[in-house]
Amino acid sequence: MSAPAALPRWVDLVLLPALNLALALAITALLVLLTGGEPGAALRALAVGSVGSTDAIGYTLYYATNMAFTGLAVAVAFQAGLFNIGAEGQAYLGGLGVALVALNLEGLPPVLLLAMAIAGGAAFGAAWAAIPGWLQARRGSHIVITTIMFNFLAASLMVYLIVNVLIAPGSMSPETRRFAEAASLPSLSVLGFAPSVPVNLALILALVAALGVWLLVWRTPWGYGLRVVGQSPDVARYAGIDEGRVIIAAMALSGALAAGVAVNELLGAQHKLLLGFTGGYGFTGIAVALMGRNHPAGVLLAALLFGALTQGGAEMAFEVPDVPSEIVVLIQGLVILFTGALGTMLRPVLARVLAPARA
Amino acid sequence: MGAPAGPPPAIELRGIDKRFGAVHANHAIDLVVRRGHIHGIVGENGAGKSTLMAILHGFYQADAGTILVNGDEARIRDSRDAIRLGIEMVHQHFMLVERFTVLENVMLGAEGGALLARGAARARAELRRLGAQYGLGVDPDALVEDLPVGAQQRVEILKALYRGAEVLILDEPTGVLTPQEADDLFRVLRALRDQGRTVLLITHKLREIMAITDRVSVMRTGQMVAHRDTATTTPAELGELMIGRRLAAPAPLPPMPRGPVLLEARGLSVRDPAGVERVKDADLVLRGGEILGIAGVAGNGQGELLEALTGIRRPVAGEIRFAGETVFPGPGFDAAGLRRRGLGHVPEDRLRSGLLRQDSAAASAILGYQNDPRWRRGGLLSPAAMAAHAAGLMRDFDVRPPEPALRSALFSGGNQQKLILGREIERDPKVLLVGQPTRGVDIGGINAIHQRLLAHRAAGRAVLVVSVEIEEILALSDRILVMCDGRIMGELTAAEANERELGLMMAGVTPDEAA
Repeated sequence: MSAPAALPRWVDLVLLPALNLALALAITALLVLLTGGEPGAALRALAVGSVGSTDAIGYTLYYATNMAFTGLAVAVAFQAGLFNIGAEGQAYLGGLGVALVALNLEGLPPVLLLAMAIAGGAAFGAAWAAIPGWLQARRGSHIVITTIMFNFLAASLMVYLIVNVLIAPGSMSPETRRFAEAASLPSLSVLGFAPSVPVNLALILALVAALGVWLLVWRTPWGYGLRVVGQSPDVARYAGIDEGRVIIAAMALSGALAAGVAVNELLGAQHKLLLGFTGGYGFTGIAVALMGRNHPAGVLLAALLFGALTQGGAEMAFEVPDVPSEIVVLIQGLVILFTGALGTMLRPVLARVLAPARA
Repeated sequence: MGAPAGPPPAIELRGIDKRFGAVHANHAIDLVVRRGHIHGIVGENGAGKSTLMAILHGFYQADAGTILVNGDEARIRDSRDAIRLGIEMVHQHFMLVERFTVLENVMLGAEGGALLARGAARARAELRRLGAQYGLGVDPDALVEDLPVGAQQRVEILKALYRGAEVLILDEPTGVLTPQEADDLFRVLRALRDQGRTVLLITHKLREIMAITDRVSVMRTGQMVAHRDTATTTPAELGELMIGRRLAAPAPLPPMPRGPVLLEARGLSVRDPAGVERVKDADLVLRGGEILGIAGVAGNGQGELLEALTGIRRPVAGEIRFAGETVFPGPGFDAAGLRRRGLGHVPEDRLRSGLLRQDSAAASAILGYQNDPRWRRGGLLSPAAMAAHAAGLMRDFDVRPPEPALRSALFSGGNQQKLILGREIERDPKVLLVGQPTRGVDIGGINAIHQRLLAHRAAGRAVLVVSVEIEEILALSDRILVMCDGRIMGELTAAEANERELGLMMAGVTPDEAA
């Protein structure tokens, strides 16, 4: 009775999110209208700006790459029952690992240098996330609190390091010198994107990471144990799964995934370490994971949507001057509200509408 | 009763009836509790004591029957009604705000106005008076979380008295107390009685009934079976009333040769996370080809004993030997390690720890054995192999519906239990530990589960069954250990065991004390 009505899988996975998204856009249009704008033009600019041209798609994919990494990071932790709010800081520290390798080992052959830089980023992100994991597992400090605090610690630490230690000699802006050419991830211009579009090989890495996360969490005994811990510590104790080790390892994996932002941004686009390159993607990752139901396939789709909103929203603010630029943030908020918090609001309605058809 | 002489009883229940679905928890209960008495109510687990008290305290509504308080018919719809009538309950698990002081807890719900200061002054004076009158001394400014359990209980009683309790209901009040604290409590209860208050004491410990009550009522399977003046009864009589006479003695188990000792515990002590010693210096020996039953009222340390023997909880003292090797103390004493040595475990609470409620039956069917290569293909878990494994278990153990993809939570209790039992037995463990094998299982399922356990015994394996159902223990066991208050009270063979003796030992009375 109180159990949710059984609906065909496609309704839950496709129709419901699509309707929620439409609802969010409809309210956006209404608000544009209320603020004296022209909703049709605004939504058109949003669509054209995000998927209307090859280059627009390239930018969308570039943003989506960041969100896929942080979305996966949050999702993995969530499967272990951990709410990792710290992907932002973990991505930031990942940037330190990437930069240290890229700046100090530039004599290495390009492939090796890139591999080492990626590994360095992952290691730094993992280590930064493992500390709150350890605190949770062994000291009982709540992971939400510690990961939030570690975001601030990461920000302060990086400001200090970039401004006082790593800054390029003689430079006035807080950033390192440019990485060597060998430390650049290949761009994806072979797919027809203009050379200025920053989408790069990190996109492929994100897809590989999603597949890897799926295999690891859903197809290995270790991942089984991780999900058992996430579902019930009592069951884990009964099954002889060491909850503390799972928590620390899950957080380390989560931090390593978050460091993918640094790979995409620093090795793929900026070619130097600079202040604040993480740009809030760690927090967007929470929404992406929420909308993607903490599953890699869902995370990829949600990352694509949020990437499109980011890119299309920027275009809209640029193209349609009477739309305030804050509307982009508003759209993201509404999408999160309708797909996340109110994600199942329309479910009973759909169940009623679809019931006779199935009888 | 009818005679109008003397004051009316403090509480009188007439024909109280309560059903929960198919369960008839209270069956036409009559009860008279005289004012200024300590009145005990005894019974096994599930006899209906707690339900009856919940009705009296307004937590449940009776389906039929009347409640009279001081001779007047009363309607008790919620605990506020009960409190207004002067009926207060001290729960087994205290309802105190740990971060508040004693004074603040006592005032809770009776603050006396928008500003606390005046009420606090009044409460402080009243606390001092009550403390002196009943020997309930507690520092009013101490934080509750800093107090020992016995003192917390005194705060509960003070709270009830502060709100004007005339009738105090205590639910298993000594379960959490040390013997000294229990003695203190009894002194307080006697003082309350001597000053004219009425105490209803719910317990399964006959020793307490004999020590402190004036009158005692015995409940069994939802019915009130006897009322006695404590002075004219004996623990033996009460134990027999509590357990009742069973209809047929269970068929004796087919004889088995004495197998090797497969599990042995010596001087085992186990503490719960709060630091309370739940298993005290327990010894047991389990051989191949036998079923050892552990009887006892729930919450007397059986659960903790099971957790220690299965490696889930580390004992604080003692030794555990498994198939001749010492596993505790020693490195690698944990649930996974013992499983690898050949220990199967069906947990007491299957929903809390025995399966993955939100995952498929196929996922639940490999719980604890997720590293087994049988369901791995190239290192990865194979959903097809997992489903095939679950389908096999479902066929062999008659789990219905036989659908490995169905969510574990959607199976009935009996079918969940058969799935767990199948998972554990299928590996042919040397030692199988089973907690509450048939709790919440229908009759058909009970029989099937018992047959499985007997078959495992017949295969020469060792089986340990913990159950609060005496009939189950008698039907399955070669030997029976009885636990009470963390101690093993004694051992009986199936042939010599009878309900009376079992009941006494479960109630904490050793046979020679009973007469």
